[in-house]
Amino acid sequence: MLTMVIDDSRAMRLILKRIVAQLGFDVVEAGDGRQAMDYLEANVLEGGGEIPGLALVDWNMPEMNGLEFVTAVRAEPRLRGMTLMMVTTESEQSQIVRALASGAHEYVIKPFTPDAIIDKLALLGLVSNGVAA
Amino acid sequence: MTLTAQEFAFISGLVRRDAAIVLEAGKEYLVEARLLPLARQSGLPTVSEFVNRAQQRPEPEMHAKIVDALTTNETSFFRDGEPFKQLVDTVLPDLLARRAATRTIKIWSAASSSGQEPYTLAMVLQDSLPAGWTFDILGTDISTEMLTRAEAGQYTQLEVNRGLPAPLLVKHFERNGAHWKVTPTLRANVSFRRLNLAAPFPPMGPFDIVFIRNVLIYFDVQTKRTVLQRVAGTLRPDGWLFLGSAETTIGIDDRYERVVAGRTSAYKLRASARAATPVSAVGKG
Repeated sequence: MLTMVIDDSRAMRLILKRIVAQLGFDVVEAGDGRQAMDYLEANVLEGGGEIPGLALVDWNMPEMNGLEFVTAVRAEPRLRGMTLMMVTTESEQSQIVRALASGAHEYVIKPFTPDAIIDKLALLGLVSNGVAA
Repeated sequence: MTLTAQEFAFISGLVRRDAAIVLEAGKEYLVEARLLPLARQSGLPTVSEFVNRAQQRPEPEMHAKIVDALTTNETSFFRDGEPFKQLVDTVLPDLLARRAATRTIKIWSAASSSGQEPYTLAMVLQDSLPAGWTFDILGTDISTEMLTRAEAGQYTQLEVNRGLPAPLLVKHFERNGAHWKVTPTLRANVSFRRLNLAAPFPPMGPFDIVFIRNVLIYFDVQTKRTVLQRVAGTLRPDGWLFLGSAETTIGIDDRYERVVAGRTSAYKLRASARAATPVSAVGKG
């Protein structure tokens, strides 16, 4: 399954990429929400390429933040199949509620252990017994 | 520095006597890892020196801490996922039909550690039971330190990140500084008490559902058999038992039969065992 890792920190992208690559997912990276949307528009909506099944999305990023990205993806019916998981340092209860209301399916607060990501992907039915479902 | 055979024998004897847990040779690494924090707290640089002091100066309180450290197991919300899914898909529909008269479900979460399992059960029941139904969940553990944590119902960011769906986090927990605390509503249906699975049980139950997961694995066969026999005495005749995925009653206690539920297994008392379970063994209260 194609997974988008969207974070302005290259180190964080590397950490997340390693976790999901180990599960057998293919990864596309983006440095912010704008880059991610540009990728989706060029390669998926116009290019007819594979729709990513999953996106791990940071909140605070330049150009388009994670919440704006989630809202934009949810507004596009052709991207309905994407599961959206926020992975962010934002940890206020109201922020989690807001992200879920905007269409995020899951929310992981940084710092996290790799198991936390894998547990959540299992809850979403994307991982079973440690590999892509 | 590694433990000597004699030091390991002292610790494994202590844990076997107090908790009926078998620490086989080869588990020295586990003893080292679990006792190192206690050694440091006692101002001793190595586990070996700590064990020697515990032998030379037996203090019941320190012995209890050693047993705690070696019997506390990793836990997380919705651990293994599938048993909780089957609780909703298989067990609750069955019990909703059978308990229509009393509209109450009683659950025991044995070896509940820091409380994630009983609170997971509480979330599932609160979100699944129809209006007008009530439930009680009892969490038990041998460790008083774990019971204190479970009773507080307060978890770190790392703990709530593990296995707890975000929609349930914001629904059933409240942010409390750097921690998350279960809401009073969720807390209200969950109680805790100390219980050593290896000793005779106090009167309790009868329960509609018993979760005793990832703990039998530490016991020898005879203790497993005794625990399963005592559990049968707390279970309603048509109740459900859930064990850990690596555990079974098969070949240990044939009063139970395995029931396939989704991608996991649950256990029920055989009809013959239901009749054979003496009424006096079913505690009240």
